[in-house]
Parts: sequence; structure tokens; C-alpha cells
Amino acid sequence: MPSSGLLVFLLVLHANLKFSLSLGVSERIWNYNYTRYHPMDEISSWMDSVEEQNPKLVTSLVYGQTFEKRDIKLLKFGLPDPGGLEKKAVWVDCGIHAREWIAPAFCQWFVKEILQSYNESDVRLTKFLQKIDLYVTPVLNVDGYMFSWTNQSTRLWRKSRSLPPQGCGCHGVDLNRNFNANWGTVGVSTDCCSNTYCGVSPASEPEAKAVTDFVGTRVEQFLCYLTIHSSGQLILLPYGHPQITAPNYEELVSVGKAAASEMKKLYGMEYRVGTSPQILYANSGSSRDWARLLGIPFSYTFELRDKGEFGHLLPEDQIKPACEEAYVGVTSILSYVYDKNFPNDKLPTAAATACVHATGLIVMTTLATLLVTLGSV
Amino acid sequence: MSPALMRVLWVVVLLSAVRGAPLGTVTPPPVILEPVPSVPVPSEPVRVDSGADQNISIPIHTEQQQQQQQQQQVALDVDVMLTGELNPNHYPARRAAQVVLHHLNTRYGSPYWWGALRQVHKATAEALGDSGRKYSLEVTLQDQISGTKETCTAEVVFPGGPAGGPPQVTTSYEGKSEINTQAQEEALYNQYNTSQNLLSGHNLPDSYGHVAPGMEPFWHLGGVASSFVMLKESSENTLYNMAQVVSVTQLATENNQLRFNYDVLLHEMVSQEIIHWKLLASWSPQEGVKASQMELLPKCHHCEPPQEH
Repeated sequence: MPSSGLLVFLLVLHANLKFSLSLGVSERIWNYNYTRYHPMDEISSWMDSVEEQNPKLVTSLVYGQTFEKRDIKLLKFGLPDPGGLEKKAVWVDCGIHAREWIAPAFCQWFVKEILQSYNESDVRLTKFLQKIDLYVTPVLNVDGYMFSWTNQSTRLWRKSRSLPPQGCGCHGVDLNRNFNANWGTVGVSTDCCSNTYCGVSPASEPEAKAVTDFVGTRVEQFLCYLTIHSSGQLILLPYGHPQITAPNYEELVSVGKAAASEMKKLYGMEYRVGTSPQILYANSGSSRDWARLLGIPFSYTFELRDKGEFGHLLPEDQIKPACEEAYVGVTSILSYVYDKNFPNDKLPTAAATACVHATGLIVMTTLATLLVTLGSV
Repeated sequence: MSPALMRVLWVVVLLSAVRGAPLGTVTPPPVILEPVPSVPVPSEPVRVDSGADQNISIPIHTEQQQQQQQQQQVALDVDVMLTGELNPNHYPARRAAQVVLHHLNTRYGSPYWWGALRQVHKATAEALGDSGRKYSLEVTLQDQISGTKETCTAEVVFPGGPAGGPPQVTTSYEGKSEINTQAQEEALYNQYNTSQNLLSGHNLPDSYGHVAPGMEPFWHLGGVASSFVMLKESSENTLYNMAQVVSVTQLATENNQLRFNYDVLLHEMVSQEIIHWKLLASWSPQEGVKASQMELLPKCHHCEPPQEH
């Protein structure tokens, strides 16, 4: 009967509009809780399901092993380039320091946003991924991260979990002092018990070596290198050494400031932008510096929330706003990098994309309504 | 098939197109809660140059960088002490401003007022010869509890000489503006000013950043009491925050002061170390917070719990 058909139509329309227009789309795609911290085994399972469910978009890659012989795994997002050209690449890693739990939480959030946009046929994302492969490592320092989950007394562990070197009694190396970038010169300790212990030699640690080998053998492809940390609300540009300046310093500052400005629009949070020796402290052997030295033009460290009130123990109810902020900051940089490298094929603006979606929705529902109405006449 | 059903099917088909799945319908993946054994996915082989020598420097881009590679280790300390107008966003001004914060927390902090540094507006530094260095600052603080902001000027003197000693701070701050915490403070004081059920607590915040609502005042109190330690330990080469209250245990009230043994972890940003202190905090609404019996606990190198494999 026409009236029951109409009733079903209205119910289905209501449900679909509600889902499509609400931010709950991600929950519909996934039942994974992105606003809680997850232990490593849950993150690994989640990575498996991301890959399984999106075979045309995602592949995972094990690119090394930690000291304790665990896989270091990334998710590679990419689409075939219609022109068949060689792809460029962007690197994002999280969790190089074990206790900075908001960083892996951000990588998981970032992946969710990519999948959500992909499922909505977001034109900007499609264009981006056709030209640029996105390599995301949700947890780089797997051993350290797992150790920080052991019990309350290990929560604030920072380093890897390598065995003590000869003549010294403590575990672990500060992986972000171990890269081959002015290694061992400033902002480090040679005491293995120190939290800024830089290791026995550059890239001596398997975690640092894994990144060095993977990115190092593909360096011409990489346009951008982002490493995610907490806390402090900072966007750090190379170099950590106070007397060395990156050749594109001015551009790095302006792109960083644009990102910080986007981040501030969300919740009013200030992110300071500058080199580490300017706004934080001098340091050497960081992955960000190594990437810039290699020639990767845009290399940044993000220090996410907060400014010391909770520090590394950021409450779970701040995961969503912290990740939303970080997301707009990261995408601001990625959009700039894309437009700079593909100036003849720039990304459409976000407003234009939303307009297209809204128009499509209106057209389709009008047609559906007409069809039902005509059918019931 | 009935015409009504046909119509319903049309509608469903059309509306699924509205969701815009480019490659067909989107199948929600199953919820995976049990850990799945991780199988390394065969991938493009990671090409490792077996001849790579880790001691060879990465090709560097400027002459300046070349020189730096050959220079000796640069000390961790600030070796070029700036004087005059400072960039308020850079670390020398920020570290001095943090000292102002610690000072104000020792003077005005309570279970219901705990300041955080919000902004550094202006900063200058001056060398005082043997007496050390003096910073003049204009800062905005924010109470972490009510969110109210206060702006003030301050001077911080970091003493010179081998003895060092804690920084000396003076400010223009005259007291909190009208957020009246008095009622809350009195209520808390009266509630705990009995020998029955002495309070105790652990891990504030816990690993997930959570503090139970009833424990929040004691977390704040721990932060304020820690400010006494952080103030006396601060220098131009440090930036302290309290990372966590490991434990708080109430002792019997004495001289009308509530008293608590605190075990706290401080985070020192420059070294990235977590530093363990014990202290005795006493508090009343009239007297404010005082800290005594402050004791540094040695870093325990051999105290790591057994690892799970």
C-alpha cells in the first residue's frame, strides 16, 4: 500500500540523513573508540582491520624490528595516479617517546579521518592520495610504549627498552637523540641512565635505524616529514643546534605559523612556532633534523597538548579536541606541501567540496521523494 | 514483487548512492576485540645498503653545518646569556616566567587556586655581575580551576656564584581577584579537620589523566606544595611542572593546620627527567599552604618491575 511505502521511505530517509550529516559517521564505519588510549595489542588489531577493510587504499608494511624484536609497522595510504606518474610521499610517525600517549592516539585519529573522508569521496583527499603516498606509523617505539602500560610506576617511561650498554646500568635510549643529525653534540647525555641518552653511535638503535633505512632509501620521494610528540603545544622546525639554520627557514616558519593559526581557531589553544633552540631547548640527533638534513624540505615536530597542567598524563576527555587541533595543523601543512609541488593541479578548497556534497544530497533526496510520490499515485 | 516493496527498494538504492561510496557499498568491519596474532605483511623489500657506514656523516648543505660537525660538544647550559629585550616566546623568558608562577603558587595557591602560565608579554634580562642575573617580566597567569586570569609584572633574580641558591622573586601581584574560594576552602578544611578517616590517595592523575572528583583538591594541593620545591630547584636551565602525585597521606592536624605527606613526581623539561620528591604539606584557609621536610628521593636504577614479553 502506498502509505506504508511512504512510511518506510520517511524512516529510511531520516536514518540516512542523520548518519550522513552527523559526525557519528566514523562510529558507523568503526566501533573502535578513538577517544580512549589503547594498549599496543589493540592498536595492532586495529591496524589489521584498517588494512583488511580498505584494500584499495591501505597497505601495511613492517619496516623494522624493535630491540625486543617486535614489528615496527606503518600504514601506507595511496591511490593510483591517473597519469601513471611516480608518487611522492609524506611521513607521519607517532610515539617515538613512550609516555606521550596522545601522539599514538592522534595517529589513530588521523587514520580515522582519512578513512572517513575517503568513504565520503572527499575530492581533496582523493587528489592528494593520487599524487602522494602517506606513510603513517602509529607507534614507533613499540617496546617503550608497551613498557609504559605495564603498571603505574612505568607510565612515565620515555626511552626505548634496549639493554644497558657496557659499563652502565640502565635500559633504553632516547630515540629522538639517536638519529644521525649532528649526533651527540648538544642537548644530550652520555649517561645511559639519563632520559636524553643518545646511544652509543648515530642510529645505533634498531627503531631509529628502521626509519633511517626506510625513509633514507626513498628520500627523493619524500616532501614532508612530521613527527608527533607531547607535550608543550609547540610546532618545532629544524634545527636543534643553535647555530645551524635550515635553508628554507623563513618558509618553514610561515607554514608553521599558518598551521598554528588554524589550530587556534578550534579551541583557542596557542601553539608556539620556532626552532627547538629558540622556544624549547637545544638538541641534536632528532628525527626531524635528520629528515631536513637529508633534504626533505618540510620537517616538523608537533608537541601536542598540554602546557604542563597534566603534561604527558593528558585526560582521555581531551583526546578529541587535542586530535582535532592536531588534525587541522597537520592538514594545513600537507595542503601547502601539495599545492607547492603540484601547482597546476591544486587541491579544491574545503568549502567547495562541502558544497558539492550538500548539493548531491539535496538532488538525490528530491529524486527519491518524487519517485515514491509518483509511485503512490 | 509488490509495487510498495519495489518503491522501497528504489528508495534504498537511491539513498545509498547519496552516501557516495565510490567503490560500492561500504561494509562496516567487524569489531575486533581479541588480539590478532600479528603477521608481518609481505611488502616491497626494505633495501638496506649493507655497505652503509653509520659513522659517515649525511651530506650536509651548508658550510656552517660542516663546521659544526667538527666542533666540540656544546654544553647543555645556556652558553650565550642574552641581555636586554628578550623574545617573550623564547625559552629564556619562558623559564623565568615559570619561576614567577611557582612563586605565586607558594604564596596564593590552595586546594581551590592553582595557577598556570598563560602568556609572557614582555621580558628583559640584565647581568648583575657576581650577584647573578635579573629578569623583568610581564606575565599572565590563569587559575587552572576557575579559569580566571591575572596579569602582573615580576622580577626574578637567579643568584650567581658557585653557591647558586634559589631564585628570588618579587611581583606586583596583590592577591586573587574576586573568585571567592573561601567557602569551598572552609568546607574542605572542616570536612578533613577530624582524626576520623584520614585521607589517602594515589596516582593523581592516573595513567589515563583521570582524577576522581573528590580527590581533585588534594591534587591541586600537591601541585601547590610542589611549587615550593620547584621554586627552590629552578635555574635558567630548568623548566619544572608537577607530573603526578604518587601518594598523599593525611596526618593528624597540628596547630590548626591540616597536614599531608606527599610523594610527587616532578617533570623537568630540559633534561626530560622525572624527579621524585617527598614533602610535608600543611594548609588552612587562613595560613595558606606551606611545605617542609622536602626530600629528594634518589632515582632508583634497579627498581624496574619485571618486563612482560
